[in-house]
Amino acid sequence: MIRVRLPAHLRTLAHLEGEVQLHVAGQATQRAVLDALECRYPMLRGTIRDHVTHQRRAFVRFFACEQDLSHELPDAPLPEAVGTGTEPFLVVGAMAGG
Amino acid sequence: MSGVRVLVGTRKGAFVLTSDAKRQRWDVSGPHFAGWEIYHVTGSSADSDRLYASQSSGWFGQVIQRSDDGGTTWQPAGNQFSYDGVPGTHQWYDGTPHPWEFARVWHLEPSLTDPDTVYAGVEDAALFRSIDGGQTWQELSGLRDHDSGSSWQPGAGGMCLHTIIQHPTDPGRIFVAISSAGVFRTDDAGKTWRPTNRGLHSEQIPDPVAEVGHCVHRLAMHPSRPDVLFMQKHWDVMRSDDAGESWQEVSGDLPTDFGFPIAVHAHEPDTVYVVPIKSDSEHYPPEGKLRVYRSRIGGHEWEPLTKGLPQNDCYVNVLRDAMAVDSLDSCGIYFGTTGGQVYASADAGDSWTPIVRDLPSVLSVEVQTLP
Repeated sequence: MIRVRLPAHLRTLAHLEGEVQLHVAGQATQRAVLDALECRYPMLRGTIRDHVTHQRRAFVRFFACEQDLSHELPDAPLPEAVGTGTEPFLVVGAMAGG
Repeated sequence: MSGVRVLVGTRKGAFVLTSDAKRQRWDVSGPHFAGWEIYHVTGSSADSDRLYASQSSGWFGQVIQRSDDGGTTWQPAGNQFSYDGVPGTHQWYDGTPHPWEFARVWHLEPSLTDPDTVYAGVEDAALFRSIDGGQTWQELSGLRDHDSGSSWQPGAGGMCLHTIIQHPTDPGRIFVAISSAGVFRTDDAGKTWRPTNRGLHSEQIPDPVAEVGHCVHRLAMHPSRPDVLFMQKHWDVMRSDDAGESWQEVSGDLPTDFGFPIAVHAHEPDTVYVVPIKSDSEHYPPEGKLRVYRSRIGGHEWEPLTKGLPQNDCYVNVLRDAMAVDSLDSCGIYFGTTGGQVYASADAGDSWTPIVRDLPSVLSVEVQTLP
């Protein structure tokens, strides 16, 4: 079970509260997690990554286990603690503004 | 009993303001989509309960929301706006080619007859259409494929398609306006387009009378007279009596002819409203006095409308999509400001009252007259 924590605006958009728990078959990667997330919540398509290229939106960050995973390749394995559900995969709106 | 629903898009959410036909007491609902930029909220004239909203954010991109109950509840619709084919390039600020990139939906325009059909004007400038209630979007790429498309250039606010006007009886004819390319018209429902900017004069471009390249801020049409168009350009208020084939300046005695919105009275096709703004670098009313100007004769002669509007130290702006009219017997006029006020007049502009005073900066105002 993968735990995903979304920023407030995306939780509101998806009409959900708290963390999302997802079953991901095979290796837990950014791509696998986001595919599963968008499959369950289709309204999130295009808000975290591009519809077509699947490139991460510029002001969205991926954190887990106190690491910034934003620049990891989409098919790189996520930390084991994320795969086991010990630690959540965080989708974060980057700090911006003044 | 008839009533009015005012749909307000702001920098931080949408608001729905409702009143009965007296337009004296208002209920305010919102913010909907709190924290998101709402460039436009509008309703279908074929089904007043069907609303569409353009919701966007720098973080999470574009969302389209749809309501089937007049704004009480909303559901996310489709948000994939993919340019048709290989998008190509337009001109960037420095004159170099720049790939077409979708940024946001500026304006939504529901079909006059089918609530499931809706047009979207987007940045970078293109026109999209949905025929399934906003679930999927297809570009009408004949517009961007016009020979001039690769020469279009953004203005300071981006290269946006912000105005979409459908002919009331000829479904083939649509006008759009793009900043800063100008006005384009199709007579075959969007397959082919041609620029209709003859008569526009813009000192800010190398050839002031170029066929394309004018910074048109807004168009308005009265449905009883679809060949007559009014335009607020970057500078100049213009009028066409031949469906855009030619334009004449009607700025007349306005204190300044810079501005953004323009609207036509619901029952008097020659009564036109503008909000003069001091200049392109000073986006606020001249002398700190917020004045709507009204012409009763289709331009040239304008009267200031000030009763109920601040006449001291007012330095707000009124953006291009932020003025609209209702169609009650005594026509109501509405506009929103960058200071968060929404003003209403129930007597065609003679007097004004703020419905709300402290919203986030207002981006758009639309009005539905309810049965």
